[in-house]
Amino acid sequence: MTPDLDQLRADLLAAIDASAGVDALEAVRVHALGKQGAITGLLKTLGGLSPEERQTVAPGIHALREVVTAAIAERKADLEAKALAAKLASERVDLTLPVDRPATGGVHPVSQVMDELAEIFADLGFAVATGPEIEDDWHNFTALNIPETHPARAMHDTFYAQRRSPQGETGAAGAASDDGGSATDTPERYVLRTHTSPVQIRTMMAQKPPIRIIAPGRVYRSDSDATHTPMFHQIEGLVIDRGIHMGHLKWTLETFLKAYFERDDIVLRLRPSYFPFTEPSAEVDIGYTLEKGRRVVGGDPAKGNGGWMEVLGSGMVHPKVIEACGLDPNEWQGFAFGTGVDRLAMLKYGMDDLRAFFDGDLRWLRHYGFSALDVPTLSGGVTA
Amino acid sequence: MKFTYGWLKQHLDTDATLDTILTALNRIGLEVEGVENPGEKLAAFRVARVLSAERHPQADKLQILSVDAGDGPLQVVCGAPNARAGLVGVFGMPGATVPANGMVLKVAAIRGVESNGMMCSTRELELGEDHDGIIELPDDAPVGTPFPAYAGLDDPVIDVSVTPNRQDCMGVRGIARDLAAAGYGTLKPLAVPVVAGEGAGPDVRIEDAAGCPAFHAQVVRGLTNGEAPEWMRRRLTAIGQKPISTLVDITNYVMFDLGRPLHVYDLAKLNGGLVARKAVAGESVVALNGKAYTLAGGETVIADGQAVHDIGGIMGGEHSGVSATTTDVLIECAYFTPEAIARTGQKLALTSDARTRFERGVDPAFLDAGLAIATDYVLQLCGGTASGVTRAGSPPLEPRTITHQPGRVATLGGLDVAEDRQRDILERLGFTVGDGWQVTVPSWRRDIDGTADLVEEVIRIEGLDKVPSTPLDRPPGVAVPTATPEQKLERRLRRAAAARGLAEAITWSFIAEDEAAPFGGGAWEVVNPIANDMRIMRPSLLPGLLSAAARNLKRGQSSVKLFEIGRRYLADGERMTLGIVLAGDRTPRGWRGGKAQGFDAFDAKGELLALLEAAGAPVGNLQVMAAAGDVYHPGQSATLRLGPKTVLASFGVLHPTIAKAFDLPAGTVAAELYIDALPAKRSGGAMRSAYAPPALQAVTRDFAFLVAEDLAGDQLVRAVRGADKGLIVDARLFDMFVGTGVEPGRKSLAIEVTLQPVAKSFTDAELKAISDKIVAAAGKIGASLRA
Repeated sequence: MTPDLDQLRADLLAAIDASAGVDALEAVRVHALGKQGAITGLLKTLGGLSPEERQTVAPGIHALREVVTAAIAERKADLEAKALAAKLASERVDLTLPVDRPATGGVHPVSQVMDELAEIFADLGFAVATGPEIEDDWHNFTALNIPETHPARAMHDTFYAQRRSPQGETGAAGAASDDGGSATDTPERYVLRTHTSPVQIRTMMAQKPPIRIIAPGRVYRSDSDATHTPMFHQIEGLVIDRGIHMGHLKWTLETFLKAYFERDDIVLRLRPSYFPFTEPSAEVDIGYTLEKGRRVVGGDPAKGNGGWMEVLGSGMVHPKVIEACGLDPNEWQGFAFGTGVDRLAMLKYGMDDLRAFFDGDLRWLRHYGFSALDVPTLSGGVTA
Repeated sequence: MKFTYGWLKQHLDTDATLDTILTALNRIGLEVEGVENPGEKLAAFRVARVLSAERHPQADKLQILSVDAGDGPLQVVCGAPNARAGLVGVFGMPGATVPANGMVLKVAAIRGVESNGMMCSTRELELGEDHDGIIELPDDAPVGTPFPAYAGLDDPVIDVSVTPNRQDCMGVRGIARDLAAAGYGTLKPLAVPVVAGEGAGPDVRIEDAAGCPAFHAQVVRGLTNGEAPEWMRRRLTAIGQKPISTLVDITNYVMFDLGRPLHVYDLAKLNGGLVARKAVAGESVVALNGKAYTLAGGETVIADGQAVHDIGGIMGGEHSGVSATTTDVLIECAYFTPEAIARTGQKLALTSDARTRFERGVDPAFLDAGLAIATDYVLQLCGGTASGVTRAGSPPLEPRTITHQPGRVATLGGLDVAEDRQRDILERLGFTVGDGWQVTVPSWRRDIDGTADLVEEVIRIEGLDKVPSTPLDRPPGVAVPTATPEQKLERRLRRAAAARGLAEAITWSFIAEDEAAPFGGGAWEVVNPIANDMRIMRPSLLPGLLSAAARNLKRGQSSVKLFEIGRRYLADGERMTLGIVLAGDRTPRGWRGGKAQGFDAFDAKGELLALLEAAGAPVGNLQVMAAAGDVYHPGQSATLRLGPKTVLASFGVLHPTIAKAFDLPAGTVAAELYIDALPAKRSGGAMRSAYAPPALQAVTRDFAFLVAEDLAGDQLVRAVRGADKGLIVDARLFDMFVGTGVEPGRKSLAIEVTLQPVAKSFTDAELKAISDKIVAAAGKIGASLRA
């Protein structure tokens, strides 16, 4: 290798190293490898040499070209990486800044508990039934063996309902009043159903036994304080079949309450009681334990520091009720029970004021509500 | 129904402790609502004698007493005017709590003199109203004895809830009978005195035999109506009855003791004989509660020749009621028909202890005994001489017999009870068991009328706790869905709404009349609402939600998104509906978005379409028809329809007057989805139709059209989409422009059309042909391609 080539090589590598940007590097490349470039010029001289001379000189020139080409490529990659890094550095944002979180929606605890109950009872083969809330006197009382003069009517602080006379509706925009029914052509007396029990009647009249249903829904009583609201929710259960007796009732209630509270230590106390539409009848108390001053369902009050809370009314469907529905009480018998959904929600999830259930206060709904994804399932557990 | 433990033991011979009795009552169906020992709070008070009394040196009205409460003299400062040496009263030791005010007594200096307790007044011990001085007990009251023991207050008061079928337990004796039947003691025999009456009985007659089939009466003359004896007053006081006079207290006592209501008339206030008859319309009577009642006619009353003296079986009249000066009385022991009593009581909205018993059916075989017991008390406690007894009419005494099927105890009650044991239980309860299980019902058990009732009697006495839990059979076969399609739809909608950030509320079904008015007024009203603003059954879910939204904004919430799923109550039925309200900010002010953004009608449309899609409604086929009624902004509301008639939903910005009426800001948005109007989802089984994604890539083309400014954008999109239903798979409006370059009265709408080739890629000629079709279709509704 001649001293000239060594010098050229050193000069070019120095220039490559020194080039501060892609443009400067390109200038070095043109100076070395362009058409008029120094190395290109040296390569052109090879053509005028003898084969022997060429054999001596050529390898040095080719080597120089390779070294310089590689150096340029390396320098270029280096410069591009630096440029990108600088660009990215300039694009930094403060990711501690807040994002707008979409409002969280939720499911009301009453709806959630109704779904839980539907799930538990589905496993026992109970279907869900419904009925009207503005109910006629016959379904709400008479068919349930509560005649007009029955003292039990006084136990239901009944709201009576009537159709409004069309002329009384100011600015009525014809809201689906197609049949225009007025009070005079409906001698039937209506009430806001005082319990979900009329659904028993409607079900027995509409379908043939065997019957296993639950009927959740709104019910109404003229009552108002921290534990009573004029509107609340009940769930009714009804089984009509051959050979059903109180032992089945007891098992069903135990199974349902254990599943609902997800506790094996649920203890029930059945007390003989009276409902006109069941015979024998029983009120059902559930044992609770005091934990940090709160009543927690579960445990045997006879063994601890707890007590009994009434949670259910129940009994064997009265033969007269079965008969009123057109079934033969000698062939078909069964049990019925009813309980407050709101109250079950309060016992399980710890709310203490029933009135708050119906206020629509977002703070309360967010605290006691449930995520849309908390769907009660048997495999995942009914408790959200 | 309240009674004391001691009172119960007067009828029940038992060694059972109070706790055992309480548990037993619950077991046999007499629910214990509470138990209280009035003596407990007075346990720290003792009978004490004042040994000496001297003037307090620092205060005129105070005295310094020396009191002996059994442990020698104690110095006590006392302000009572009647405090004096020799007086025997009730003394509270330091540490005792005064029941009336919760004050804990302690040793303290009063005006410089040490006082070691307090001599108490009647009021301080909550034994009465008297507070003029300290209690004065008889001289021979044993000093040092705990006061509750001395005063007989150490008797627990038990409160049981008697169900409406058990009138027989509305007297202490009936409860004792039930306990005895359950094995908690022996029912003591009831001593019925023989009253030797002189002469004829009073003139009483029955005209209304349906309402009052039996009317027994007896007169007592020459009596003195003073204060009832201590034991009777104490028992009545213990169960919350205020002692009034001997005669009144006797009737109350017999009623609570034996479940037998009575009435006593002042004979001097009556004009001639009494008759049980139907009231004449317009007659009125001032009852013992001081209120005047005008009768509609037909109610059973007891009257003399001039006036009504008793609303039969419910409440006596004030005029002929007994007083301190009464000397001659007529004692009534009648049987009133339960149904008649119930009707009259309901009509007059008048409740009384007598009504409660008569309308549940008192023992028709207990008239003679009841009257004899009452008359005997009167003679013993008030003196006088009794007349003979008049017995008008006869009570319904026909014995009822039921054929018992002992096997039903197991097949209905779920508990195997031996036949001997069943017989024993029934007989202890007063039933007579004859051959072939012919069971005669006792006269006091009007509620028993069938086999199921007898099963209940056996089970409740044997113990419901003994009934073994028996699993229900699992339904055979594969589990089937237990929810109806409607219920599943409701659940989907609820969770879809919650997932979209809406919070579920539950609001009252009844609303105020003025809230209902803009929504059609409502088809149903509550006749007896709990408050006037809860009178109309809601014709829409919005009033309740709007009120809830307003409350939330008032509490400082900046953004309110609520929904509710419930029924609207219309003339022709109850309709499942989903209501939505969006109030306040859609987005808060922020570093990215700047100022807070309010909601608009498109937000409601977006929620509805998402929910309808979740419900499986054909969202692509819905028509948006302008204006959704008076409650909405006429230019910013619409309905979503399936076909021209089926309205699935309505939505929009609320009319400003409605927003204002509900105290909401202008611009509040609302929507209703009519769940019952949704088309039923066709159930085609689990199998889907065959499908493979198209192999060829879809092509998009943009078109800008000039249209009349009032043309609905949706109309143009539909026209474009309809140009070639086979190839056009989507048409989406992506730009709208009015202004420079567009002539006045027109607007520019830009639409992106997606075309899906089927067998092979489109050629230029094919694309041109489709474009021409699109332009032609748009042209039909007056749209021209923008140059």
